[in-house]
Amino acid sequence: MKLHRKTGLRATALGALVVSGALVLTACGSDENVSPDGTKKTGAASNIKCDGAKGQLLAAGSTAQKNAMDLWVKNFQAACAGVEVNYQAIGSGGGITKFNQGQVAFAGSDSALKEDEVAESQKICKGGKGINLPMVGGPVAIGYKLDGVDNLILDAPTIAKIFSSKITKWNDPAIAKLNPGVSLPDVAIQAFHRSDESGTTQNLGKYLSEAAAADWKFDPKTKSWPAPGGQAANGSSGVAAAVKDTNGAIGYFELSYATANKISTVKLNTGAAQPVEATTENASKAIAAAKIKGTGNDLALSLDYKTKAEGAYPIILVTYEIACDKGNKAETLPTLKAFLNYTASEEGQKVLSDAGYAPLPAEIAAKVREIVPTLS
Amino acid sequence: MATATTTPPPGRNDITPPKGSSPSRAGDRIFLGLSRGSGITLLVIMAAIAVFLTYRAVLAISKDEGNFLTTSEWNPAGSPPVFGIAVLAFGTIVSSIIAMVIAVPIAIGIALFISHYAPRKLAAPLAYVVDLLAAVPSIIYGLWGAIFLVPYLDGLNKWLDQYMGWTYIFDKSGEGVARNLFTVGILLAIMILPIITNVTREVFLQVPRMHEEAALALGATRWEVIRMSVLPFGRSGIISASMLGLGRALGETMAVAVVLSPSFIISGHLLDPGGGTFAQNIAAKFNEADEFGRDALIASGLVLFVITLLVNGAARWIIARRKEYSGANA
Repeated sequence: MKLHRKTGLRATALGALVVSGALVLTACGSDENVSPDGTKKTGAASNIKCDGAKGQLLAAGSTAQKNAMDLWVKNFQAACAGVEVNYQAIGSGGGITKFNQGQVAFAGSDSALKEDEVAESQKICKGGKGINLPMVGGPVAIGYKLDGVDNLILDAPTIAKIFSSKITKWNDPAIAKLNPGVSLPDVAIQAFHRSDESGTTQNLGKYLSEAAAADWKFDPKTKSWPAPGGQAANGSSGVAAAVKDTNGAIGYFELSYATANKISTVKLNTGAAQPVEATTENASKAIAAAKIKGTGNDLALSLDYKTKAEGAYPIILVTYEIACDKGNKAETLPTLKAFLNYTASEEGQKVLSDAGYAPLPAEIAAKVREIVPTLS
Repeated sequence: MATATTTPPPGRNDITPPKGSSPSRAGDRIFLGLSRGSGITLLVIMAAIAVFLTYRAVLAISKDEGNFLTTSEWNPAGSPPVFGIAVLAFGTIVSSIIAMVIAVPIAIGIALFISHYAPRKLAAPLAYVVDLLAAVPSIIYGLWGAIFLVPYLDGLNKWLDQYMGWTYIFDKSGEGVARNLFTVGILLAIMILPIITNVTREVFLQVPRMHEEAALALGATRWEVIRMSVLPFGRSGIISASMLGLGRALGETMAVAVVLSPSFIISGHLLDPGGGTFAQNIAAKFNEADEFGRDALIASGLVLFVITLLVNGAARWIIARRKEYSGANA
């Protein structure tokens, strides 16, 4: 113990040096994943109608729409003085739970409310129920890293076989057949999936079980990874980082992660004349093929994963805002309506493609715009 | 309790409080009340946690279609819901054992070095750095593990597979990044090193000087002194330090969640990606889980609670058996 006292001062100084050094270094870090030009489009808050919006609006839910929310909140708060919108990206499940406990004005979710969740929402929405308003769409990109190959075309059955460990080498005949003229190396495929539960996993699963039903026989509703084999990493950012670092890797994440990390993405052979690239524009074309399965004011979508439309990229994720059709809290209702009015507006939707999301197709956006003003 | 306040403790007769002085009695009573209150509060908090966990766990387990203890599947959102903790219990225990096997000898080595070998100028900063290691948040260890450790362990994994593959546990079945239980064990070992080192070092410094000097006078070398007086004296301290470390390893969440590539398979091949731990599973599934899924996760948390209680109980039992070495008799 004597030792301590003698050199205690010097050791403290050393410790202080280490800590302050670490602080300086962390200050340089950045965890934002917005495309470089996306964040700068703030000004021009011209057409946002505030309509009596005031005070604080609490929301929570899907992490997939977080970057879009950040942009919207920024623009909305810039236009309407004294309004604060607070969106906590805690995951869809958490968002729905908070909504059904009445803690938030609306929830963001990667999938529409289930029946029992609608039933539960009737306690909060006095005289009404929770409804799904599609607001943000986005392509789920299949990213890969394979030295010497920068143009890769796959179709749904091949992707299903790769992710369920039935195809294990990059020079497999099934891949070679889809990529004539490309010299594929004899490298093991390392398929990465999410280790946490995620709506992204769920949407890829839904796509594969419809577009490659023979090769993907897992439960399409599960949010955790169902297939055997492969490796996992935490969050979209973890998967993207793992794919970026590993030769022979393939994984899936929202398009913005591929753009931000400069990861090559797979072009899909959907049966259309040309293989389709993962872009926000192509994703919007695929969402346009969706049908509304909700009744009344509920706009839950049933996506057409098998679409063969030219230039439609079918691995898509649509996230909803969930709010009460009737019985919203009186004090937050004007703010809620004004905010959702903005996000569904042409201007609000236009912001999306800058952040790697797909704007809603005109027809669906029009329906959302009809319903938002009727919220009460 | 009246006896405790009025009769002076044996052997301390020289400092008997003045008789009949009410202020000191009042002070004693207040202190007694405060400390008793604190003790009861702690028990109440623990009981509240246990009741909450048990209540939510029972809600979930009563609807579980699988066997909660032996099922290797986690799908509480499915219809019917099926979930079990077999994989989690296996992964938690195996990764903690790996961590202990690596960390305990190294920690004892560092503690001995700091307390008995290192020059004084080196010992204090070294002890300080070990302290700092304990203050690094676990998510930082996780990020460091995922970005730095995993790629670097690739080579070690290949080497182990090639030369130690016959041991079954080091047999690697395919290509793959080192996101496995073995890597998690190494990371946990680094994380629990400071606490084991610190407690062990403190115990080693408590070894009575007379013991060591007597051994030296008999002509023992420095290593013989350590073997004959320091290690036997410190044994119960080492065990309790290790148990503290084990407690941290069992419950570590974020570092494991970031590094491990989990899958619901029990596999003895430590180098293959797979496995999972209680805390990691809760961190990975909690956000997207619905109400029932959360109850299921809480049920798994209850099992971790019980395992930790058992480990601590076992540690106390071992230490109690070795009382003859404890500081009280020195």
